[in-house]
Amino acid sequence: MTNWGFHIAKSRIIDMDTADLGVYRKVAAKVPSAKLCLMCGACTASCTARNHTPFNLRKNHLLFRHGQFKGLAKEFDKCMLCGKCRLVCPRGVNTRALIYNMRMALDNLNYTRIKK
Amino acid sequence: MKFHPFVIPFIAGVVFLLILIVFRLKQWLKGLDRKQHFFVKQNFLSLKTLYAIVEVFRESLLHFKIYRKNPVLGYMHMSLAFGWFMLIVFGKVKSVLYAGSFFEPMWLSIFFNFFVTSNEPYPYAAVMTFLMDFFLLIVLSGLLIAFVKRIYSRLVGMKKTTKHILIDRIALVALWGIFPLRLFAEASSSALYENGGFLTAGVAQMFSENFASIVELPLWWAYSLSLSIFFFTLPFSRYMHIPAEVVMIFLKKWGVKTNEHHSGFTNIQLHACAKCGICIDACQLDFAASQKNVQSAYFIGDARYNKLTEDVVNNCLMCGRCHEACPVGIELTMIRQQYRNKKEMPGKLYYNYVDLNGYHANVDIIYYAGCMTHLTPGIIISMKKIFQAAGMSYWFMDEEKGVCCGRPLRQQGFVQQAKDLVHKNLRMIHGANAKLLVTSCPICYVSFKEEYALQIPLMHHTEFIESLIDDKKISLESKAITAVYHDPCELGRNAQIYDAPRNVLKHLNLKTSKCEKNNGLCCGSSLSNAVLDLDHQIKVRDNALNVLLEKNPDVLVTACPMCKKAFTHGHKVAVMDIAEVVAKHLNEVKTKKQLSEKPEMITFAK
Amino acid sequence: MTAVDVLVIGGGPAGLESAYSLANNGYDVAVLEKEKNICGHLNQAHSLFPNFQNASEVRSAMIDKMTHPKISIHNDTEAIRIKRDIDKWGVETGSGKEFMAPALLLATGFKSFDPKYKEELGYGIYDNVITTTQFEAMCQKGSIVSPHGQKVKRIAFLNCVGSRDEKVGNHYCSRVCCINAVKQSIEAKKVLPEADIYCFYMDIRMAGQFYEELYRKSQEVYNVNYIRGRISEVSPTIDKRLHVKCEDTLSQTPMKITFDILVLMTGIEASLGTVALGQQLNISGEYNFAKSLSLHMADNYSSHKGLFLAGTCKRPLTLPEAVADARSAAGEIKNYLKTLKQ
Repeated sequence: MTNWGFHIAKSRIIDMDTADLGVYRKVAAKVPSAKLCLMCGACTASCTARNHTPFNLRKNHLLFRHGQFKGLAKEFDKCMLCGKCRLVCPRGVNTRALIYNMRMALDNLNYTRIKK
Repeated sequence: MKFHPFVIPFIAGVVFLLILIVFRLKQWLKGLDRKQHFFVKQNFLSLKTLYAIVEVFRESLLHFKIYRKNPVLGYMHMSLAFGWFMLIVFGKVKSVLYAGSFFEPMWLSIFFNFFVTSNEPYPYAAVMTFLMDFFLLIVLSGLLIAFVKRIYSRLVGMKKTTKHILIDRIALVALWGIFPLRLFAEASSSALYENGGFLTAGVAQMFSENFASIVELPLWWAYSLSLSIFFFTLPFSRYMHIPAEVVMIFLKKWGVKTNEHHSGFTNIQLHACAKCGICIDACQLDFAASQKNVQSAYFIGDARYNKLTEDVVNNCLMCGRCHEACPVGIELTMIRQQYRNKKEMPGKLYYNYVDLNGYHANVDIIYYAGCMTHLTPGIIISMKKIFQAAGMSYWFMDEEKGVCCGRPLRQQGFVQQAKDLVHKNLRMIHGANAKLLVTSCPICYVSFKEEYALQIPLMHHTEFIESLIDDKKISLESKAITAVYHDPCELGRNAQIYDAPRNVLKHLNLKTSKCEKNNGLCCGSSLSNAVLDLDHQIKVRDNALNVLLEKNPDVLVTACPMCKKAFTHGHKVAVMDIAEVVAKHLNEVKTKKQLSEKPEMITFAK
Repeated sequence: MTAVDVLVIGGGPAGLESAYSLANNGYDVAVLEKEKNICGHLNQAHSLFPNFQNASEVRSAMIDKMTHPKISIHNDTEAIRIKRDIDKWGVETGSGKEFMAPALLLATGFKSFDPKYKEELGYGIYDNVITTTQFEAMCQKGSIVSPHGQKVKRIAFLNCVGSRDEKVGNHYCSRVCCINAVKQSIEAKKVLPEADIYCFYMDIRMAGQFYEELYRKSQEVYNVNYIRGRISEVSPTIDKRLHVKCEDTLSQTPMKITFDILVLMTGIEASLGTVALGQQLNISGEYNFAKSLSLHMADNYSSHKGLFLAGTCKRPLTLPEAVADARSAAGEIKNYLKTLKQ
């Protein structure tokens, strides 16, 4: 079939009607400060991993918030948890808890030895 | 044979307890890992066993460590443990003297005064009766303190006392019942058979013969039952710490160490916790940030009963204050770390994207600032100034494209990921072939020290600056500035660097605070706690600041970028890193050694 | 002891404007100014947004008004202690003078946030990181130069330094910095037409007459670049310029960019006088700004009878807002003094 170039692929839009928003709600209940993010990008700018790879906490957090989980687990694995992002955040978001909990929510590898 | 049915509950309790302890002991020892087994086997028949016995006597019975921390609490534990122990020992001696044989029925010593009246003389009866009453009195005095402590803990110098679960409460009530019941049972017998000592006979004065004959049997039944309940509940309650602590002491003396992995030794330590609550008072999350039920006493209890939640495991500053305070010497921080550790996925690499250019060869020093230090550029330019003043060439390893040292990941339990980073950094450090690695971040320092197996010496910049001053490579002007030094947790309790910063700061008027050295407070921003939100971090910080600033110093000096940032945001005092203080007060160097040309850059083959 | 009708603490625009308004209504006013000169922060301004009026014009107009016979100006006079008798306010000053009046107006203003608390931005560490006040002084001199003598090719303005920042304890928006950044970037362009100007912002807040137009003009006429992202780290380059890290959040890509000068748009905090007197009078509100009785109904009143508030001692305000607030305070004081006479 000829691709005419104006067809919008399904994955190219964020369909908020079908997106699973409950996962974020659970994470936000654990890390209430996540809701305060105003998307200034300071976290991404100071990120240690960012020096080596296009890792973007702000963007991935937003995608997670909107239920777009595809590829995120792999992205979060890039984080070194060094905590610089937390120090520069003007809104006092606990970015480390945020990424930790997003990572845990996405990963079904049974990371932890604690019974859930 | 001397027998009465009321001894049956007691016998059942003892038998049950012994079987359970043997069973548990077998399980624990089976759970030890290979290295730990090796130590047990190697040192089992050595002088170390003898030391262990001495240690058991000192700590499990006399409780020296608690005594040193808190004499009233020490006396309470000593009177209960040592007093009871002596009651058992002299009870046995007494019944052996009476029976003339070592193999008398075991309940005879426990219920001696019921079975043996004053009409049946035996050697040293008067001395024995006195000793028994004396130790009973000691135990009862300890019990009184314990009772008061439960109601009003401040009286024994504790702000908080542990909240206990149901089985602990049952065991506690049974334990508290044992000695008063014994006193009254013996007193009633004494009223009837005149076989009491100064205490029991004294109490017997209050009993009429008629009354004594009515209450005697019920009292002995109650005594036996309370013993029985205590023995039945002991293995499932916190009182398991009595046997577990003994086992722990032996293993520790034999050289068994706590490592990253959960093992039988962990289980022994979990059971060795008496939930005394001394750690609760030491915990800043408790007294400064009102985080409840996460302190080590609760964490250990939850772990023991398999009901740990992630929040309890993760909500800890890992500052090591509780470990420092624990009278039993349980390695609380390491055990918490074991529970944080995630499953490893063999072969999986996480940081393949890391793109490191290479390293500089032939320099004196590799300088690794650390991620956080990049947010306190004052430390970095001060270090550069110091290197220059000392005439040393250096390669700033993480100036542009650094990789984290791995400790923050490791502390959150991502061990495999951390190892990946260690490997990346090691490749650069060892490639550079320098004489020394200097870091400005205590977190990185501990990481390099414990996880890297470095082939070159390592120094935190406090140690490095101290050595420069000792070698007369730099000197500092004396200043009439009052300063207080804050010990960062990682540099202090974790790396035991206490003297270097104090030696460096001699040129200032250094005042002491209430939280010096191993009593240092956490700034609240500890990377090990990813749970605590900003508001609570601020509470911990402000509490620490208030203690540190009691003497109104001109400047608060610290040696950690995290602490510096946290305290600076407190807006209460000028905060400086030790490197900044040194760089500011450097004596002008007269003959500045010229640095060699820019070191050559070795690029990694792609 | 000097007795007047109204005592004004603070000789900045707000204090002076209300003094003039009250004097015109026939009241004796004494203005206490702790500095050598009146006009407060206006002394540090070169030009004013949105119309680039020369600040010196506004200053001289204000100073002219102060020649009013009913106004006495007391420079170098810091109010230290405030006492209250029945219907009378007494003020003791640092120089030992005493004043008394039935009405007291607090116009103690603001101070700029000290960017040393944001160490990662390099203020006090790198010479070419400066504050908006320092930049204004450069504009005043008409020469924008790098401290290292290099030709200035690129200037960055960073908004929200010390405002909207929970790490330093200031959650609020300082209101004026966005507009000021736009104004200063145009000024920069006027002095250095060849230079590239970048404004880094989290949100651009241009509420108010002519401000949005100013923003538009800066893009259309002056080619100012706006980047939505907060600078999180500054490091030096080998040639002593500044290497700035931020995320261009709109293209979702991290950005590295080198500047000759970084201007920090420092936020507004309660001045030391506002904090000290606010605590003494027990009217300290959020972030130590003075608290008015009712935001909608009695914004110039405090919780004490006869004590009035005007200007930025209450909250961050632009200059026109502060001056308008001062006139409204004068009106309230007039009414109050009338009721006292009855």
